[in-house]
Parts: sequence; structure tokens; C-alpha cells
Amino acid sequence: MKAIATTFGIFALILVLIVLNASLYTVDMREQVIITQFSQVIGKPITEPGLHWKTPFIQKVNRFPKQVLEWDGPVATMTTGEKLFIEVDCFARWRISDPLVFFQKLTDLRTAQSRLDTFIGGATRDVVAAHDFIEMVRSTKDRKPVIDPSIAADRTGSTIGTLPAIKIGREKMERLILEKAKPTVVSLGVELLDVRFKRINLTSGISASTYQRMISEREQIAERYRSEGKGEAAKILGNRDRELNRIESEAYKKIQEIEGAADAKATELYAKAYNQTPEAAELFEFLKSMDTLKKTITPDTTAVFTTDGDLMGYLKSANPRKKDDGLGSLKGIPGLPSLLEVK
Amino acid sequence: MPAQPPSLPQFRPVRIELELRKILLGVLALIIAIGLFSGFYTVPVDSVAVVQRFGAYLTTTEPGLHFKMPFGVDSAEIVPVRRQLKLEFGFSTAGATNRYQFTSEAEDERSMVTGDLNAANVEWVVQYGIEDAKNYLFNFNAPEDTLRDISESVVREIVGDRTIDEVLTAGREAMGVEAKSRLETIITNLGLGFRIEGVQLIDVSPPREVRASFDEVNSAKQEREQTVNVARREFNAQVPQAEGEAEKKISIAEGYATKRLNEAEGDTGRFNALLAEYSKAPDVTRRRLYLETMNEILPTLQNKVILDDKASNVLPFLPLQQARPAPAAQQ
Repeated sequence: MKAIATTFGIFALILVLIVLNASLYTVDMREQVIITQFSQVIGKPITEPGLHWKTPFIQKVNRFPKQVLEWDGPVATMTTGEKLFIEVDCFARWRISDPLVFFQKLTDLRTAQSRLDTFIGGATRDVVAAHDFIEMVRSTKDRKPVIDPSIAADRTGSTIGTLPAIKIGREKMERLILEKAKPTVVSLGVELLDVRFKRINLTSGISASTYQRMISEREQIAERYRSEGKGEAAKILGNRDRELNRIESEAYKKIQEIEGAADAKATELYAKAYNQTPEAAELFEFLKSMDTLKKTITPDTTAVFTTDGDLMGYLKSANPRKKDDGLGSLKGIPGLPSLLEVK
Repeated sequence: MPAQPPSLPQFRPVRIELELRKILLGVLALIIAIGLFSGFYTVPVDSVAVVQRFGAYLTTTEPGLHFKMPFGVDSAEIVPVRRQLKLEFGFSTAGATNRYQFTSEAEDERSMVTGDLNAANVEWVVQYGIEDAKNYLFNFNAPEDTLRDISESVVREIVGDRTIDEVLTAGREAMGVEAKSRLETIITNLGLGFRIEGVQLIDVSPPREVRASFDEVNSAKQEREQTVNVARREFNAQVPQAEGEAEKKISIAEGYATKRLNEAEGDTGRFNALLAEYSKAPDVTRRRLYLETMNEILPTLQNKVILDDKASNVLPFLPLQQARPAPAAQQ
């Protein structure tokens, strides 16, 4: 009897375990659960983590994530307000806000992803089409770029180094998309938390023309650098010429002043000495005349003398001066009318 | 009563009961042993463990040996909170242990549009760690993917607000700092459970197609410096020399002045001395000087004609041609 009791006990235990296993279930922190009975939803979604009871065997546990979920949109070619083709890659965060509706309408995550592709994609397309490309690129409306001084030196009115103005900017665009897409997914039991641009790029055709523009911009800057160099060099060379002229003319001026002053001083000294008495003036004139004679009469000079003269008079008489008053004949000498220079 | 059958068969149930009990005990012991052993778990030094009981959060345990309830009651998840992790964008280094470290979309990740609608390639790294294991595990289903996406979005936002020149030159470090602070704000608000340790822009470059033109700008810059330097060399080669030469000329002029003055003083001194003597006997001195001069001049003359004072008009007969083929006779 004991054995039968034991055997029964064991069976009972196993049975209890099986029933417990079928009626007890856990809900993870990351999950929310809907209990269905023959595909009929029973009660409210269970979001509280822990151990829970259900009717064994006939009720089924359907688990859904409670976490914030990631939607990574496909890369889509879109047209901007200015009819530019761009490639937009968005991502969004969402969660299942109403698992009941979600379960009824979408049943699983894969379906949800594809529905989100449609709804968020459509909203993005609409918002992108209503705005210019720059609105998706820039964020801060009043940001003043730091312009490299060498680029700021441009005087042709080039816009290099400046940022095109925006009306709303990237964040507002993202908000517009969210506002547009959010109501459309509520009916799916989904709450859209945010939508953000991940990557925005120009399509390859436009990239090529962008590259061309970038190249021309750079070439323009490069050319200005070269021209600046030449201009600066010309300035330096002009400066050099000015300096050379200044230095040389200043030196000339100074030399003239120095020499002029010396000449004046010398003249003054000479004048003072030669003019101190009439006698001095006479002597100076005489000495200078003698000097001149010495310099003028060279060996090849043909001289014609008459015996009328002072010196040659001695050829005729021992006392030629007697005819004159002496000094008078002397006075005639410096003029030397009898001397003829032939050159 | 018929005779009892031999008692031997009666032993059997007893034996079975005994064996069943033994088996049960054994199984129970085994189960307890397995439970005990499976209840122990070790948390590595760089991690913590998040323990859940029937799916509900129970506690977070620090490194060391711990015990949890076995048989699916408790579950422990090891989260490496003290490990520094890294995300790479636009490039990938080999041997990454973190499977989120890079993606196969490096080309797409690095190409961006700047605020002045130019294209730029940006490669960057986000260093991060898990700050809050509980948030990390429970709040997001793909926290690393979310972090990657937000990083891309934030860096593009920052690049999109700058000109190509800002992105390429000065702003690199500042951009990293700004990206870090924006990223931190966003992930804190979201409760993503990460901490951002740093964002570094590793490489910022113009697209390959336009790189040559950017290089050209740099070489033009060099050329500019070179042209200016050549001009400076010209300046330096001439101006200081001219200054020296000007000074030299001035010195020569000063020398001239000194010489002139000294000569004047010498001349006048000599004249004055002569004058003093002359004053004493002017006539004789004068005559002497005259005769001395004549004495000096006349002997050297090769052609001398001496005429009597009575003779006149002999001039035409002079053999002037003999002296020299002079252009004209001067009277």
C-alpha cells in the first residue's frame, strides 16, 4: 500500500508540476504580455514583470517588447523644394504603446517595421519636398562661421566661407516629420518617439557638379593667393626703389650741404685773408697771376716778346726802367699783351 | 485459510519501496546539488550582474562569487560596465571584439554635406561605456545601434552647421567636444544607459575627386610666401648696401670738407705770412716774385720770338704752321 501511495504521490507531483508549468508564466522587464484564449484576447495587457497566473492549456501567452525600439529606415531618393535629388536615410525610435491594438493590427515586429517604412517614409518625403536642401543640412539659424582671414580677404563678393541662410533648420524639419508621422501610427498601437535624419547625401549626378563647383572655388582661392603674393612682392620692390632713392638723395643732399658749407667757409677764409687791406688784394692778384702764368705757359708755347717789355728791355738797355715810372711797366706785366699763346 | 504462499514474493514490494525511496532521495539530492551548483555565478572584475527574479528586476551585484535561486527563478546577466568601448565611423580597425565597433557602410558613414553645401569625408570615433546596467538592459532593444545612429546624426548636424573650411581646418577638436556634449545630452535624456567618454574626429578631408584642388590652394599659399620672400630678398640685397654706400659718400664729403677747410686755413696762413713780409718791401718782393716766375717759365719755352719794340707787323710772318696744325690762330 505504501508503494502505491508513493507511486501515486509521484504521479500527482508530476501532474501538479505540469499544471503549474502551464498556468504560471514570467514576464520579463523587457516584455509586455497579452493573454489569448482561442485567439481571443483575455483581459488587459500585462506589463508588470514577475510571475503570473493564467488558465492552463487553453490560454496562450503573447509577448511583445516593452522597450524603445529602433526603426532604421531604408535609404530613399527624395526631391527637395528646389527640385534637387537627394538620398535620405532616417531613423526613428518607437515603442508599442498599445499592445492590444498592435497585436490585432500588426501581429509582429516585421509587419510593424514595414508599416513604419511606409508612414515615416511618406511623411519624410512630404516634408523634404516642401523645403530647400539647406534646411536639412543646417541647424543653427544665427550661427556665424569663423572665416579664415585669407578667405575673408576676398573682394569679389564670393560667398566662400559663408553659410547660406535657413528658415527652419534640421531640427525643426525632424520635428515636422515626427508631427506628420506620429498621428498616422497611433492607430497601429505604436507611439513614435522621434525621427531623425541619419544621412543626407546628394545623388551621384549632383555630387559630380558639386565637385566641379568645389574645384572652381578652390582654384579661385589659389589664384588669389598667387596674385596676393605677386602684389605683395611688387609692394616690396616699390618700397625698395623708394628707399634706394631716398637714401641716395638724402646722401646727395647731405654731401652738398657739407661740401657747400666747407666751400663757403673756405671762401670766407680766403676772402678775409685776401681782402684785409688793398695791399693784400694787390698781392693776391699778383700771386694768382704768376700762378696762372706758370700753368698757362707750357714748353710748346710760342712766345713773342718785344724789347719794350720789362724783362726783355734788358736786352737793349741796362736800365730800361728809366723810360717808365717803374711801377707802370710792372702793371703792364700781368696783362702780358706781348705774350701770345698758340695752342 | 489456505496456506500462505511463500513469503518470498512478499519481500518484493518492500524491496521496491526501499529502492524507490533511495532513487527518489538520490534524484532529490542530485537536483539539489545541481541547483546549488547552477545557483553560483561569478561576476568578472570589469562587470556587474543584473539579477532578475521571474523576469522582474531584483538587484545588481558587484564582481565576485554570488548565489542566485536556481531552476529559472533567478537569472543573472553580466554587463561589462567598466570596460571602455569604442565605435568607429567611416573606417574600421581590425581585431575589434565589440561587434558594434564598425559597420560595413564606412563609405556612406564618412561622406557628409557641410553647411556651405560642399562635400566632406569625416571619420570619427566615439568612446563610450555602459553607465547604468539596468537602463542599458531594459530600456532599449538595440542600445548600441541607437547610439551609432545618434552619433551619425549628431556629427552630421555639427558638420552641417559649418563651412568646409571650418570643418577641414580649425574646428576639428571643437567639433569633437561639441559632438560629445550633444551626444551626452541626448543619451541621458533617453536613458540609454551609456556614458560618452569622448568623440574624436580622426580624419577630415575633402572628397577624393576634389582633393587636388585643395592641395593646389595649399601650394598657392606656399607660392605666395615664396614670391614675397624673393621680393624681400631683393630688398634686403640692395637697401642696406645703399645705406652703407650713402654713408660712405657722406664720409667722403666730410673728408673733403675737412680738407678744404684745412687747405683754406693753410693757404691763408701762408698768404698772411707772405703779406707781412711783402708789406715791408712791396716793390722789391713783387719784382722778385715776378722775375722768379719768369725764370721758371721762360727757359722751358721752345719757340721764342723777340722783337724790337720799333719793329711792327711781323706777326703775319711768323711760322705758325710749324708749331702745330692748329685750327685757328688766336689773338
